[in-house]
This record gives sequence, C-alpha cells and structure tokens, in this order.
Amino acid sequence: MAEFLKCSGCGRVLFHTELQQSWKVCGHCGWHHRLSARERIEATFDPGSFEELDAELRSTDPLGFPEYADKLAAAEQKTGLRDAVVSGTAMLGGLPVCAAVSDFAFMGGSMGSVAGEKIVRTLERAAETRRAAIVFCASGGARMQEGMLSLMQLPKTIAGVQRCREAGVPYIAVFTDPTMAGVLASYASVADVILAEPRAMVGFAGARVSKQAGVGKVPDDFQMAEFAHKHGFIDRIVPRAEMRDVLAALVRILGARLYGG
Amino acid sequence: MAAKTWKEWEKPVLELQEGIAKLSQLAAKEADSVRRSALEAKIAEYERRLANYIDTLYSRLGPWEKVLVARAEPRPYTLDIIQAICSEFIELEGDRRFGNDPAIIGGPAVFRGRPIFILGHQKGRNIQERQYRNFGMAKPEGYRKAIRLMQLADRCGLPVVTLLDTPAADPGVESEARGISEAIADSILAMLGLRVPTVSAVIGEGGSGGAIGIGVGNRVLMLEHAIYSVIPPEGCAAILWRQPERGDDAAAALRLTAQSALELGLIDRIVPEPKGGAHRSPAEAARLLGDAIEESLAELDPLSPDELRAHRYAKYRAMGRFSEGV
Repeated sequence: MAEFLKCSGCGRVLFHTELQQSWKVCGHCGWHHRLSARERIEATFDPGSFEELDAELRSTDPLGFPEYADKLAAAEQKTGLRDAVVSGTAMLGGLPVCAAVSDFAFMGGSMGSVAGEKIVRTLERAAETRRAAIVFCASGGARMQEGMLSLMQLPKTIAGVQRCREAGVPYIAVFTDPTMAGVLASYASVADVILAEPRAMVGFAGARVSKQAGVGKVPDDFQMAEFAHKHGFIDRIVPRAEMRDVLAALVRILGARLYGG
Repeated sequence: MAAKTWKEWEKPVLELQEGIAKLSQLAAKEADSVRRSALEAKIAEYERRLANYIDTLYSRLGPWEKVLVARAEPRPYTLDIIQAICSEFIELEGDRRFGNDPAIIGGPAVFRGRPIFILGHQKGRNIQERQYRNFGMAKPEGYRKAIRLMQLADRCGLPVVTLLDTPAADPGVESEARGISEAIADSILAMLGLRVPTVSAVIGEGGSGGAIGIGVGNRVLMLEHAIYSVIPPEGCAAILWRQPERGDDAAAALRLTAQSALELGLIDRIVPEPKGGAHRSPAEAARLLGDAIEESLAELDPLSPDELRAHRYAKYRAMGRFSEGV
C-alpha cells in the first residue's frame, strides 16, 4: 500500500500510519475508505479467530466471456484472493458466528457463481450449526462475465436466507461502500437486521444504467446509505469504530437461544 | 452495423409484403383474365418466396436478432397470452401498501378447466399504453402485489404461473425510495417458499433482477426466441467497453438465448414458436405455451407441498459453475 492517500471525502492527504489506527476512517471528515476483506475481518472479529472455509472455490469462466480469464488473473494478483468473497467461521465477542466478507477490490466485489456459492454456504452453515450469520456486503452487483449464471445467484443466496429463517438463526447484513444491484436485490436486503456504514453507496441501478434508462435529476443523498435508512430499508447507520460492538451485542441478544443466554 | 430495432431488421420482409399487396391491387383491377391469372401466379410465387425467406431468417437468428425479436412490439404480451389460454381471468390490483403497479398484472384464472393464479409483466403497444405500463418496468408495488397474489394462491392451494417480459425493474428515484431491491429480493424469497406448484415462462425479454423477481418456478420455460439476461446487452457494452452501440457483441458474449440457457441448465424447456416468430401467429404461440404449462403442471402435481419447496430449494441451490479443488 502507498504511504499516503488523498481522502475521498475532504481531499486532505492522509498518511497510512494514521489511517491504520482508525481502520481507514478520515480523522478530519469521517469519510470511511474501503477496507479489504482481510482488513474487515481483522477490524471486526475476535483477534485470530477467523478460520477461512471454501477458500479453494474458483471461477471457471463458464461462458468463455471476452477478457474474463485475464481479469480474474489480474484480480487474483492484485488482491491475493481467489474471488470477491472470503467466508468462514469466527468469534465475535466470544461467540461463534459464520461470516462472509466481500472485497470490492476483486472485480468490484461482483457476484458470480463463486461469490454466490460462498454466501449460500455461509448461510447454510449458520443454519446447520445454529450460529448467527454475519455478511459484509461490498459489491457493484452481479458479475456480467458469468451472464445468467450470475443472475441465478440471486435466488441461490436467498435460498440460504430461507434456511436461516427456518432454523431460527439471526442473519445480519452490513452494507459497506458500495452495496448495489444484484447483491442489494438478493441476500443483502432480506437480512434480519441491516446495518450500514456512513455514506456507503446503496442502490439498485448503477449510474450508467439509470442514465441509459433516462432517469433525470436525483436528490443529493440518492443511493446513499442515509437515503435507504431514511426510507426504512436500513436499521441503523453505524460508524466503523462502533461496528464490532454493535454486531457483538446483536449476536449476543438475538442469538440468546442459540448460545445459551 | 447491426440493426437497432426489429422493424429495421425485418425491413426486407415488409418490403416484400408491400410489393405483394401492390400486385394484389393490380390483379383485382385487371379486366383481362389472362393477364390477371399471370399476375396471380406471380403473387403466389412471391408469397412462396416470402414464406421461405421468413423461415430462413428465423431459423438462423443470432443472439442480437433474438434481442430484437424478443422486444418486437407485435409479440404476444402477458395479457394476450392470458386471454388466449385462460377461459376466465379476474385481475386483482394493488399491493395493499402503496398502490397498484400496471407493469405487473395478475389474478385468479381458469386455465384449460383448471383454477390457477397467473401473473406477469405487462408491456404496452402504443405511446399511451407504454407510459401507463412504464414500458413493462415494474416498481416495488408491482413485486409486492405479486407477493400478495402468490401467497393468496398458496392459501387457496392453487398453482402459480408467472410470465416474464420486462426490460428491467424500474430504476427511478421513487422506486429506489420505496425499496425496489428489497421488493425483488422479498418476492424471490416468497416465491421460493410457496407450497403450491409454480411454473415460470420467459415470453419475451427476461430482464435481470426485474424478471427473476417473479421467475423462480419449479419449472422454468422459455419461448424459442425469448432472451434472458443479467443485464441489457447495451448496458453491458456501455460498462465493459463504454460503447453502448456494441450491444450485438455483448448479446453474443452474455449467452442470453433460450438455447444457451438450456445448455447452462438454467431453464427446463424451450417452447417452440410458430414459423416466423410468436408475433406472426400469436394464437398458435399461446397454444404451444399453454401445452408446455399444462404438461409442466402435470409433472408437478404428484409432489407434496414440502416436496415442491424442497425441489425449488435444490434447483436454485445448484445454480452456478465453479471449480473446487487445489
């Protein structure tokens, strides 16, 4: 990582050392810069408790889509990940949970067959092992390069949510920047509790798609977490510094029956 | 440069048809019986050629041509099909929350003597209708109405048939404010949980989340020239190459045809269209679709409510292709 970056919120130059202490939240304007999946895991779960599962899942470029194989290879190189979701088990406030975390740096966090499979396995695992499920979203939507197979990840992941509901295990989603389109229109929006980071982009149609559809002037807070919150689709906007405590409390209280009160 | 609309692409057909119409007028006015029969022979010859031409054209539709045909205005829409295959249909309106969305319609019906619920996206043909139907782009209240109707069907123990034909869900500010994404996700969740048989059919444009929001049946059918896509090809080209005019390239890459969907295991069955496409013989197209729906319902009839749910879970759980190994 570079030693400094320019804040997307206020334009000030921020040094890596100061950002590290605040998990990349700008000390001047409060802008929440994106975290990688690894950083998110470190920032959220009990130290050293995360155990990755399903790490060997990989896309096979099922459509032979132009340039997809190259993009996958470049994303692997850039992030050290094999796809846009990292999943596994972890402890949170001393309680075991099943977790999945998206990484926007891997092809915009887009959901193809692998990301969908990791999400549904996480939710199924939570239902089977009777633990709370926590999913951090960061995605532009479905992955175009897998065509209809990506669209089918919407019902696939929602089937996992159905399992959690039937098993009575709480499923908490956290919308981070950005949570869009095919991800928002599937497992993200039907979580039992939805939290969001301040000013995360949250919406259905991306700017280029809405422009083509002729959507005109939009409000200033359009497709921001605050807009979705105001309209009743997000439970709470939670600053990053408070996220782990809020999540831990929710898991403890909602999961009282699972964890023996 | 690829044609942009179905009309532009079918222009040679229209020109031949116009030529034949002119010859017919001449023949009707012709007093001399010898000359008239010569004209009539010519007309018959041109009609044969036209039929051959249409056959050839429609037997080799590429992905982009399928996009144009799937969007063709004369194609049978949801209400046309309901009228053709159901002896009774009582449209029920409203989501009991906010309003009524004319872009998704539905209600109880009698299909070949059998009571069912049928619903689907509805497009319009002229300017006023298109505006009224919002070009078939449903808003949150459309999906919430669909949930209400599907759950009513469930309580009545009646099968649900859904017809998919939408370019996309409505991307506007109001739809965003009323939770279009949540409405779609919730509709998928509700449909997956139904305890009655469900059959979905893509009849024209299967546009992404907007389509699958009411598309997760136990059986999924697709008309021969319909398309089903994660994103409109023009949108895909705009995002990937910043060239929306390369929709034809994107259409090929996205594998959005019924034939590809069947190969990828995403649909159960392709419903053949009459020669020259569903819009040439809408009644015949509806009959063929009706046959496929009837057969699909018959296949599902032996399944118990729990088995229907388990079948749906297993079906959608298995979607996707990836490798797993070191």
